[in-house]
Amino acid sequence: MPKATSDAKLLIQSLGKAYAATPTNLKIIDLYVVFAVATALTQVVYMGIVGSFPFNSFLSGILSCIGTAVLAVCLRIQVNKDNKEFKDLPPERAFADFVLCNLVLHLVIMNFLG
Amino acid sequence: MAGGLAPLATLLLLLLLVAAPLASAVRPVSDAHRSAAAELFAASADGSFGDLETTYEAVRTFQILGVEKGKSLTGKACELAAEKLAPSSSSPAKDLFHAVRISGVVGCSVDSSVYDDVATRLKTVIKDTNSLLELYYSVGGLLSIKEQGHNVALSGADSTFHAIKALSQSDGRWRYDTNSAESSTFAAGIALEALAGVVSLADVEVDPSMIAVVKNDIVKLFDTIKSYDDGTFYFDEKNVDATEYKGPITTAASVVRGVTSFATVASGKLNIPGEKILGLAKFFLGIGLPGSAKDCFNQIESLSFLENNRVFVPLVLSLPSKVFSLTSKDQLKVEVTTVFGSTAPPLRVNLVQVLGSDSKVVIAETKELQFDLDNNVHYLDIAPLKIDVGKYSLVFEISLQEPEHETIYATGGRNTETIFVTGLIKVDKAEIGLSDNDAGTVESVQKIDLQKDTSVSLSANYLQKLRLSFQLSTPLGNTFKPHQVFLKLKHESKVEHLFVVPGSARQFKIVLDFLGLVEKLYYLSGRYDLELAVGDAAMENSFIQALGHLELDLPEAPEKATKPPAHAVDPFSKFGPKEEISHIFRAPEKRPPKELSLAFTGLTLLPFVGFLIGLMRLGVNLKNFPSLPAPAAFASLFHAGIGAVLLLYALFWVKLDLFTTLKYLSFIGVFLVFVGHRALSYLSSTSTKQKTA
Repeated sequence: MPKATSDAKLLIQSLGKAYAATPTNLKIIDLYVVFAVATALTQVVYMGIVGSFPFNSFLSGILSCIGTAVLAVCLRIQVNKDNKEFKDLPPERAFADFVLCNLVLHLVIMNFLG
Repeated sequence: MAGGLAPLATLLLLLLLVAAPLASAVRPVSDAHRSAAAELFAASADGSFGDLETTYEAVRTFQILGVEKGKSLTGKACELAAEKLAPSSSSPAKDLFHAVRISGVVGCSVDSSVYDDVATRLKTVIKDTNSLLELYYSVGGLLSIKEQGHNVALSGADSTFHAIKALSQSDGRWRYDTNSAESSTFAAGIALEALAGVVSLADVEVDPSMIAVVKNDIVKLFDTIKSYDDGTFYFDEKNVDATEYKGPITTAASVVRGVTSFATVASGKLNIPGEKILGLAKFFLGIGLPGSAKDCFNQIESLSFLENNRVFVPLVLSLPSKVFSLTSKDQLKVEVTTVFGSTAPPLRVNLVQVLGSDSKVVIAETKELQFDLDNNVHYLDIAPLKIDVGKYSLVFEISLQEPEHETIYATGGRNTETIFVTGLIKVDKAEIGLSDNDAGTVESVQKIDLQKDTSVSLSANYLQKLRLSFQLSTPLGNTFKPHQVFLKLKHESKVEHLFVVPGSARQFKIVLDFLGLVEKLYYLSGRYDLELAVGDAAMENSFIQALGHLELDLPEAPEKATKPPAHAVDPFSKFGPKEEISHIFRAPEKRPPKELSLAFTGLTLLPFVGFLIGLMRLGVNLKNFPSLPAPAAFASLFHAGIGAVLLLYALFWVKLDLFTTLKYLSFIGVFLVFVGHRALSYLSSTSTKQKTA
């Protein structure tokens, strides 16, 4: 048993070490994704407590968070230099796409919010 | 025919009401007119009648009818007139005309100096105008001043006469002024009255040839008179859509005023047929009690002109009562009077013809009516005429006894009046009984007396027939067929059935075949009450009689049979208030407490705070933000643009609609693409430089 615990510790430590080597801009994106998902979870908890009465508002809130998290993940894929697939794509272009997609997404979200 | 029909008593009452209007045909002016006039010309709370014209019409109508009005009313009228007559007031000719006439009718004390002033003003109007109405008002005003005992004379009467006559048309009608193309019958009446006024006001005699021309115009005017079938004559405009249309009562009244006034001042007799004058009198009397104050004034004043005129004085034949009972041996009474009910000169009234309801001649021989000097009625006993019950048209002929009266009075020769003769109808040979279906053999027949209460008690099954028969005969022994003969069956559960009893020449007989009626009777066995109703307007002993009851045994109702109506619905209930409709709104959804919602709003901010803390720990900085002014400006504008779009979204959520949002978004979007492109391409170029460097 203690071996398994130490193994898990070891694993997490090596994971943390490996992650520390990640470029800062990717870490910012990761942080943004975590923030978005955490906000979505808060809303799910609220829905679990009081019920889903203004259902469209609930959906808007959740989808806004999840949507922007997915878009951020896409951005992360495109910005990561290790991904040879997107080597020719400048990160500025990827950011422009991210902004545009977010604006379109939130226009729809606002329309649905009621 | 099932239950729910109105009670028979109501039907009989209605029948009597149908006969009632017949009694209100042409009758002379009576007290009913006086009370009607008092009602129509009711003074308002301050004791006035309204404007000048209405006030004149009111006082004039009361004067003719001899209705006494209190001093306060006449005082008010005088006040109104004096106010208009005062030299300081610049009243138009119309107001002066009405005011002078009010003073004349009521007898106000007006200074002669006031009248002198009014006369001068009116004479100026006469000289200056060529409008018919202005001429009429000023001549009428002057005439009224003269009639009140002041010395007024119109110099140059011939020219005034010509001025009025110049407006006349070839068909006897008049125009309102020289410019108008429309000619009017109403204007003709006004013009004739004005001409009569000019003739009486003239200081020298008016040219007799002119008067002869106007007399000819009057004859032509009477050629345009209109008539009804019953000898009623009236005047109306040729074009009823003309601008000045006033309706037949006003138009005819105007002509009557004009013609009778002119006949009074003109020498010699007007060549107008007496029947037309009588027809006009019938027209005004036929109005009965008028509905409006204007009509009342026109009716009463026209009749007062007809009552005493130089053309023909109409004599009206009228019946005090139009219903005669054979039982009480009523006398046929006929009154011949003037329109105001004054005694006529000696004359003979003959009953020339009696027509039945189907216009068949019943009696063709002439019978003279006796004259009762005390009551001033002509009478005739009905019994010797041997006329039966029913509705008849009587044709009377009036002939004046003195030949010289023929030129003064218009009797109209033949007059037709509709009367009702009622009597007791004899009911006999009434029988009620049951018979078997097939052979028709009568099992039990009871004679009953329909004039008394009877209570037969019968019992039948559905294979039998109920027979009821009786005979009706008039006092003269003829068969009688009333309007309504009904047999009513009333089940103990209040379901009613009504059957019409068919009548042949000899007798009334109904056979109820219960086998064919089971469905109509809703298979309801049990006790039925029998009722017979016989009614007619000419039948004095119309009755609704309970005959007794019938115990009926009907087969069981099959499944599909129609159910009897739940219960007789009160026919008046549909006018009652309807059931109130209560509106139900959707119950509001359950909402969480406010505190909980606010707490979670705060909770959603926590990840954002975490995000910011995380950013600080990562050591994020803005070193990459362009330092050169132009790219820095573009970068700031890019961020401001994104902020603007998000702000626009927030506004969209709060109050804007989709279309306005998209409109603004298109502007901001284009701007954002431009600055974004510049800002990001600068960043891109710097990063590639760094790489290559």
